[in-house]
Amino acid sequence: MAINWFKYSAPTTFYGLAGKLIPWFAIPAVILCGISLYIGFAVAPVDAQQGEFYRIIFIHVPASILSMFLYMIMAGYAALGLIFNTRLSSMMASAMAPTGALFAFISLWTGALWGKPMWGAWWVWDARLTSELILLFLYLGFIALHASIDDPRRADRASALLAIVGSVNVPIIYFSVKWWNTLHQGSTIKFSGTSMHIAMQQAMFTMLAACWMYAIVMTLMRVRSIILERERHTKWVTELPEVQQ
Amino acid sequence: MSLDVWMRENPLTYIWLGSYAVAFLVFAVEVAMVIHKRKITLRQVRLMRDAGGEE
Amino acid sequence: MKPRQKKLMYILAGIALVGAAVGLVLYGLKDNVSLYFTPTQVVNKEVPVGRTFRIGGLVEEGSIKRVTDDLAISFKITDTKNSFPVVYKGILPDLFKEGKGVVAQGKIEADGVMHADEVLAKHDENYMPPEAADAMKKAQEAKSAEAASAAQMAK
Repeated sequence: MAINWFKYSAPTTFYGLAGKLIPWFAIPAVILCGISLYIGFAVAPVDAQQGEFYRIIFIHVPASILSMFLYMIMAGYAALGLIFNTRLSSMMASAMAPTGALFAFISLWTGALWGKPMWGAWWVWDARLTSELILLFLYLGFIALHASIDDPRRADRASALLAIVGSVNVPIIYFSVKWWNTLHQGSTIKFSGTSMHIAMQQAMFTMLAACWMYAIVMTLMRVRSIILERERHTKWVTELPEVQQ
Repeated sequence: MSLDVWMRENPLTYIWLGSYAVAFLVFAVEVAMVIHKRKITLRQVRLMRDAGGEE
Repeated sequence: MKPRQKKLMYILAGIALVGAAVGLVLYGLKDNVSLYFTPTQVVNKEVPVGRTFRIGGLVEEGSIKRVTDDLAISFKITDTKNSFPVVYKGILPDLFKEGKGVVAQGKIEADGVMHADEVLAKHDENYMPPEAADAMKKAQEAKSAEAASAAQMAK
C-alpha cells in the first residue's frame, strides 16, 4: 500500500487534514501541561542551592528548546519552499514564525525573572542571553519582512533567505555556554545524561511535550487561515462547508 | 529594593505571577488571535465569493 | 544541473559562507564575547588596563572576610590555578558562597585589588534536593578521608 505523500503537500488536502489533526494535539497539550504543573509544584522537591526559584525551569527550558527547534523547522520549510517552489512549505514557515517568536519571548522573560534572585541581575550581555535575543529579532524580522512585501510569492522568497541565513544563530545559542565564558550555566540535558532529580525531569519533559503539541496546534490553525486567504479565488475554497454557510 | 525582599519571602507567588501567569497569558492571547484570524479570513472569503457571484 | 539542484547548491554555499564569516568574527572577538576573564588571564595581564571588566571563577574557600567598620566584603576569585582579590560593597546574591561560581565587575585600583561595583552569582547545571546534595557531600568527604587514611597507611 503506497501512501501518496504529495497528496498531503497540496494545500487543498492539507487544509482538511490539519483541521482533523488539531483536536488530537490540543487536548493532550492541556492534559500534559496540567500533569507537568502538578509534578513540578506538588511532587518535585526544592533544589539544594536555589530553593523554590528553580521551579521557573519547567517553563523556561521548554520555551527555549521550542524557540530554537521551531526556528530550524521554519528555516527548513522556507528552504523547501525556495528550492521546490511548493506553496505549502512557505505557508508553513509563515505559520510557525509568530509561535516561535512568542516562545523566544517567554524564554527571555522567564530567564530574566530567574536571573534576578539567583544571579543578582535581570539581564547580562553574555553570549547565551544575547544570541537568544538575536533569535527573537530574527523571528520578528522574518514576520516584518514577509508582511512588507505585497506579492506573497516574492514575500516567501525574501523571508526564506532571511530565515536560512539566520539559522546560523541557532548552533551559536546552543554551544555559547561551551565556547565562551558565560554567566548562564552549562546544559543540564546532555547526550551523556541529565544532571537532575527524576521528578524535576518528569515535570520538565511533560511540559516540553505539552509545548510541542501547543506549537503544532497553533501552526496548524494559522496555516489553515493562510491557505484560505491565499486560495480564496479557487473553487475548492468557495465550496468548503464553513464558507458555504 | 523592596521587590528583592518580597520575592525572597514569597518565592512561589513570585514564580507564579512573574513567569507562569505571563507565559499562560501569552498563550491565551495567541490562541485568541489565531481564532480571531480564522473568523476574519472566513468572512473575507465569503465576501469574495458573494462579490464574484454577482458579476 | 537542474535549476532545483542549482538553487540548493546556492543555499548550501550561502549558509557555509555566512557560517564561516560569523565564526571568524566571533573567533576574532573572542574576548569581547566572553562575559568575563579568568584570574589566570588577569594575572598574565591579558586584560584591558585601567578599564572596567569582569573576573569570573569560584569564590576561594576561606577567603571571605568582612572589612572592618565599612560594610564592604573582601574575597578571592580563583580558577584553581591562580586567584585574584576583590573588594565589594553592596548586596550579594543568594548563591554567593565559598566554593561557588561568581562574576565580579569592576576596576583594578592602585592597591592591586579589584574594586567591584557588581557581583553576580553563577550557579551550576545540577538540580537536586537538599538531601541528595548532603549525601553527595558526605560521600565525597568519606572518599577523601579514605584517601587520607590510605596515605597514612602507606607511610
